[in-house]
Amino acid sequence: MVRWIAALVGLAFAGVLAIALVITVWGVATDSTPKIWTGAPKSAETEFHHEHPRDAGLSSAGVFGKFDKQQLQRGFQVYKEVCSACHSLKYVAFRDLTGLGYSEGQVKAIAASFDNIPSVNPDTGEPATRKGVPADRFPLAFANDIAARAANNNAIPPDLSYMTRARHGGADYVYSLLTGYQDQPAALLKEFPEAKTPTGLHFNPYFANLNIAMPPPLKSEGQVQYSDGTKPTVDNMARDVAAFLVWTADPNLETRHQYGFFAVIFLLCSSVLAFGAYRNIWRDVKH
Amino acid sequence: MSFPWANHYEPKQPFMRWLDEKLPLPRLAYNAVGAGYPVPRNLNYFWNFGVLAGAALAIQIVTGIVLAMHYHSDAASAFSSVNGTIMRDVNAGWFLRYAHANGASMFFIVVYTHIFRGLYYGSYKAPREMVWLLGVVIFLLMMATAFMGYVLPWGQMSFWGAQVITGFFSAIPGIGETIRVWLLGGYAPDDAALNRFFSLHYLLPFVIAAVIILHIWALHIPGSGNPTGVDVKGEQDTVPFHPYYTAKDGFGLGVFLLLFAALVFFFPDMLGHPDNYIAANPLQTPAHIVPEWYFWPFYAILRSFTSDFILPAKLWGVLAMFGSILLLFFLPWLDSSPIRSNNYRPKARTAFWVLVADVLILGYCGGSPADPVYVIVAQVCSAYYFLHFLVILPWIARTERPVALPNSITEAVLAGKGGTSPAETALAH
Repeated sequence: MVRWIAALVGLAFAGVLAIALVITVWGVATDSTPKIWTGAPKSAETEFHHEHPRDAGLSSAGVFGKFDKQQLQRGFQVYKEVCSACHSLKYVAFRDLTGLGYSEGQVKAIAASFDNIPSVNPDTGEPATRKGVPADRFPLAFANDIAARAANNNAIPPDLSYMTRARHGGADYVYSLLTGYQDQPAALLKEFPEAKTPTGLHFNPYFANLNIAMPPPLKSEGQVQYSDGTKPTVDNMARDVAAFLVWTADPNLETRHQYGFFAVIFLLCSSVLAFGAYRNIWRDVKH
Repeated sequence: MSFPWANHYEPKQPFMRWLDEKLPLPRLAYNAVGAGYPVPRNLNYFWNFGVLAGAALAIQIVTGIVLAMHYHSDAASAFSSVNGTIMRDVNAGWFLRYAHANGASMFFIVVYTHIFRGLYYGSYKAPREMVWLLGVVIFLLMMATAFMGYVLPWGQMSFWGAQVITGFFSAIPGIGETIRVWLLGGYAPDDAALNRFFSLHYLLPFVIAAVIILHIWALHIPGSGNPTGVDVKGEQDTVPFHPYYTAKDGFGLGVFLLLFAALVFFFPDMLGHPDNYIAANPLQTPAHIVPEWYFWPFYAILRSFTSDFILPAKLWGVLAMFGSILLLFFLPWLDSSPIRSNNYRPKARTAFWVLVADVLILGYCGGSPADPVYVIVAQVCSAYYFLHFLVILPWIARTERPVALPNSITEAVLAGKGGTSPAETALAH
């Protein structure tokens, strides 16, 4: 009885699936523009979006990856002088900056250089601002989302704390995006004239819908003055800030790799010993 | 129950004798996972996964309890309590978080292997039906726990996953939407939903632990199965669990932890989704909403039902998705063949491997965007999934001619075929 009912249920599900299958196949077969692979008709996005970012070649990549602290400091400088005008870093605290190789005194000075930490005037109770201390997190770039939208053509500049982990491609994506601004290709405009980049947006083939609200932030060599002799080309600035954002998103990367190295060695040895114990205990039992 | 030749617990120290009279816990452990439990001598490495699943649950509970000390179940601060506090400020908080998130994946890898081991070796058959039924209950509880746990960090995928999964209830005709709103405590996932998910996510692992105790209890009545599927005939067929299988499980645990550590320390994001590092935003739908990898096959089945035939497509999808798991409750009676191990069932064995491929393909489709090619493949594979369990396997059980079985476990062992694994059997044919 169970088996008869089961067979009927099974055939019912399979039958409904067969109908759905025929309809799906029919839909694909009769479509004037076959779209079996993409599900969407050809568009500027499907044809001109660069899905795979270019390799930023960072030292933090890979299983044995380590930070290049000099590069992190340069990246922080780019963030502070360029990105921070619009983008917050709200999960990162000034005290974390010791991870970039700064001394505690330097961190204190960096924190104090931010004089817009929200506070309360102790005499009047009115909202006020004060200088930062190492325990503070980076201040917001805008007081709230409405202010952010108002200042940025109705787009909210996202927080950058986790940017390199919140996008496919990570640091490579950030690096490619920053260096990927270009004029719209003639082929694109010829094939999809309606996809012309609207005023106020900027064409970037690494951005999912090709038109990004952020104007090119790194425009010319020397926009940031590096003190360590590195040439501040657009490419270097983009790579350095990408490296810095790997650190903000994953400040424990080096510790993690270090612990992991010891954990793997330890477990490898324990497994070998455990295997020996197992073979030893079973030596007289054929199995 | 146990075999008559099982070792007996004899406390030697006066304190242990005193304890045994008042509260015989050591005796319980001795008989359950000690020298007092005789186990077939021919178990292969696939029999390690039960213990590994227990270890995975223990890791989840321990890491989870500590994480809960730092977590806020509040929609406004949940994301920052995880990504701001736990990942940055709590000592080794990043380790706990990665271990807990990847621990869920390891738990599912182990449990899926355990389930397929059961399917191949007929572990669901008499006299172990109750072990199987309780196992399916554990699996369902695990899925609920994992889903609710994924919602807690309140990232984009957390929020939209919760939106999609709780949307299943709105497929119920008429009263569905009312039920959904009642369960969520609002029209969309928010504080009310997050708090009840957190509460249940903390509760269910202990329910799982309780059902695991029943699962092991039910197993100990007939005793463990084995790769030949032949019953234990005498003392020569078994060895005591301790030290024989404790040693083997120790080695298995080492390898398990090795893979786990590699994931946690070197590839912590490999099985996650980048969108979950973006705080939940009810106004912005992600381009592709995908659940965690361990739900992909079921998600593929859900999405395969695209036509409104008598019932709405969505209702078909939800029925099929739940049905695909609930049918496992009937498996002991669907497969009526008295032969347990697929090593001796050529046709059932072929069907088993087709099922493995089928589920893997379903998983791949479920993790891909709903483009026509994936929908078409998933429709074919979903149909096979149901036909396999509900039509093909019962039919094979009635018509197949099994290969000759060994007379006993020891005979198979002495012939060098005691613990033949699925791969060895497949290669030999």
